[in-house]
Parts: sequence; C-alpha cells; structure tokens
Amino acid sequence: MMDEQLKAELSKQGIFTTSLQELYNWGRRNSLWPLNFGLACCAIEMIAATMARYDLARFGAEVFRPSPRQADLMIVAGTVTKKMAPQVIRLYNQMPEPKYVISMGACAISGGPFKQGYNVLKGIDRFIPVDVYIPGCPPRPEALIDGFMAIQKMIEEQQLTGSTRPRHLTAGRPSEFVVPEFGAHDLEPASNSTIWQAPLVQISTVGKDESGDD
Amino acid sequence: MNLETIKAEIEANVPGCSLQLVTNASPCAQHSLLLDAEHAVAVATYLRDAAGLRFDFCSNVTGIDWPQREISEKVKVKKLVDGVETEVDEVQKRVAFGYLEAVYHLYSMELKHGPVTLRMRTRDRETQVHLPSLMHVWRSADLQEREIFDLYGIIFDGHHDLRRLLMWEGFVDHPMRRDYVEPDDFEYEPTAHGDVLTRAQQHAAETGGQ
Repeated sequence: MMDEQLKAELSKQGIFTTSLQELYNWGRRNSLWPLNFGLACCAIEMIAATMARYDLARFGAEVFRPSPRQADLMIVAGTVTKKMAPQVIRLYNQMPEPKYVISMGACAISGGPFKQGYNVLKGIDRFIPVDVYIPGCPPRPEALIDGFMAIQKMIEEQQLTGSTRPRHLTAGRPSEFVVPEFGAHDLEPASNSTIWQAPLVQISTVGKDESGDD
Repeated sequence: MNLETIKAEIEANVPGCSLQLVTNASPCAQHSLLLDAEHAVAVATYLRDAAGLRFDFCSNVTGIDWPQREISEKVKVKKLVDGVETEVDEVQKRVAFGYLEAVYHLYSMELKHGPVTLRMRTRDRETQVHLPSLMHVWRSADLQEREIFDLYGIIFDGHHDLRRLLMWEGFVDHPMRRDYVEPDDFEYEPTAHGDVLTRAQQHAAETGGQ
C-alpha cells in the first residue's frame, strides 16, 4: 500500500496515484444501477428521489434498469406480500454479483403496519441479505439518498483481498438464495435459516403494559 | 327509498321469491334485504331494470362470517313456586348455527338514489357454501366475488372465473374467517402486545426460546 502522506505530497506536485482497489471501488460506487422495481407506496418516494427535485442521478444512480441482469442494487420499496416474495427473491438471484439490497420502509424491513396481515412477509431479510435498512413509512427521498450514500460508503471501504472482501470474491459463498414455494398455509420454507435467525428479544411474560401503573 | 315498498314491489313482480327485511336497530337504521339463493338473480335483474328502481351500480360487495354461537335469552316462564303459579325469569340458551353472508350495496346513477343493501346467506360454513353469482347482473361484482371466494370461501355459482385473488393457488385456508389460524411465525415480535403477545409467548414456550 502506498503511504497516504506521500500520495498527498505527489498530488500537490500534479502527480495522481491510485491503487487498483480504489479505482475499482470508485467505479462501482459511482455507477450503482438500481433495479426498476417498486412494490407499494415507498416506490412513489423512490420515484420522487430520482426526479429533478431530489435527483438521484447526482450519485450515479439515474439509470434504473428494467432487467435484473443489468442492475447492481435492489431497492425493496414497499410491502412484500407472500405471493410476491418468490418473485422478489428470483429477481435478486438473477442479478449479477456484486449486488446490494436496500430494504426501504417499515414494510420491507418487518412487515410494518401490515405485519400481522395474512399475506404479508415479515421482512425481506428473511430470504435475502440486506445491506442497508431505511426506516420510515414511507421514508422521504432524503432518507433514500442517505441510505444510498451509506451503500456507496460501504463499497468504497470494501477490501478486495483479505477476510473482509465482498461476498462475490469468495469462491463458494452463495450468490443465489432459496426461492420459497407456495405451501398450503404459508411459504415453504417460511424463512431462509442460513441468512436469517430471529434476533433475541425479551418478551415480557407478565403480559402487562409497562407504561401504566399496576 | 323505503325498503318496505321495494320489497313489496319485488314480491309482486318476481313470482316465488321470498324476501326478508333485516332490520338494523342502531341509529343509522340501514336495513337490508335478505334474498333467497334461488331467486337472487331474478330479483337482482329486476332491481337493475325496473323503471322506478334502476339500481344500475353495485358499488361494493363484501363477505361476513357468522360462526356458530350460543344465544342466551331471558324468557318469562310461568312456574309453580310453593304451590302458587308465578312468573319467573328463565335464561334459555339456543345455538345459532353459523353461516357465511355476501352483502351487496346498490345505487342508482340514473335516478340518483340508494343505497340499497342486499344480503345472501349460505346454509352453513363448511360444505353448503354455494350462492348464485350476481356478476352477470352487475359486472363490478366480478373481482369482489372472487375476493370473497378467496377470503371467506363462498362459492359463487355461475361466476365466469372463480379463482383466488389475493392468495395463491394451492392455499387452502380462508384468512378472513373468524376461526382462521395464521401460521406460527411469531418468532420475532419486538413490540408485541395483545393477541400478538400471547402468540409470541406461546411460540417461545413451544420452541424453548427466549
């Protein structure tokens, strides 16, 4: 690796130096092409983020691709119903590596206000790995841009070698994930246990509202 | 529009039909007409075409699930108490058998009146769940009858394309029925309360988790 100080010194003298990793990550981070794909009202905010007022094109993401084969980023924008979930996962599987996922809004994160609905998936992270979660119902375009910049920052800091290198540079790491089948009562499997485990939460066994007096 | 007069008019013009007025005791007083399944299409066609009625717009179709329930009523019964005949309050219990119901809301765009509410009831909730489809009378009932079929399990005879709408082919339950049990995916409920809390606790107890 080149010394940062030397690099700064050289650039003052008009000599530009870089490394392959920096160049590679710079290119990837500034041409993230999202998949043109919206599921519910969050998609409206996503559309707003791409239009003139918020202008996502400033970050190199103006080309929403209608084909998963040309997309780097999946913005899961909206409620994922159980009927739609296999299609979402299949689209993700069809995207080439390296690929990233933004889970946009309460519904895509956890099912949101529809969590207890009979046909709502309780979060897309049960089936595909999510890089950035954007809370909100729906999140404002600024929030999407912030999440998008978080992805860019993540890419910029990715090492191409070593144990922290991205998934697609490790042979044997999966780039496709199981597509659930429609079962008689639920999706089968109901979640992908290799990427999602229920976080440990302390459920009150008293069953009382903690805010009020006894 | 007075439902009584409409009922009398239908009975005079559709021979053999048996209508029943279902009254609503609440202040809104939105009464409705209960149709018999056999004459439902004839009655619906009459409501749509009759000169003074012209109910040409079916704005909404929905379903209701009425599970079997026990009704207890207080009845005054004459009984011999200590050799004297007196009136005594007695609680009588009877079982109201469950059924499914389809509700249609009608308006007239032409004569600017409405709504008129129609109801149809199935015989039970398990096997005799057939009702005639009114989609050939009001085309707007097409998707809504499919939705009722999907969520409540009423089978509409004569519907041209009765498939599931919101759930997938191969799904066996009817999610809007009162006795629907959702799959046990309560493993992560960080802000649970009420019924969800109960289910989450059950899940935790069964799986031995946290």
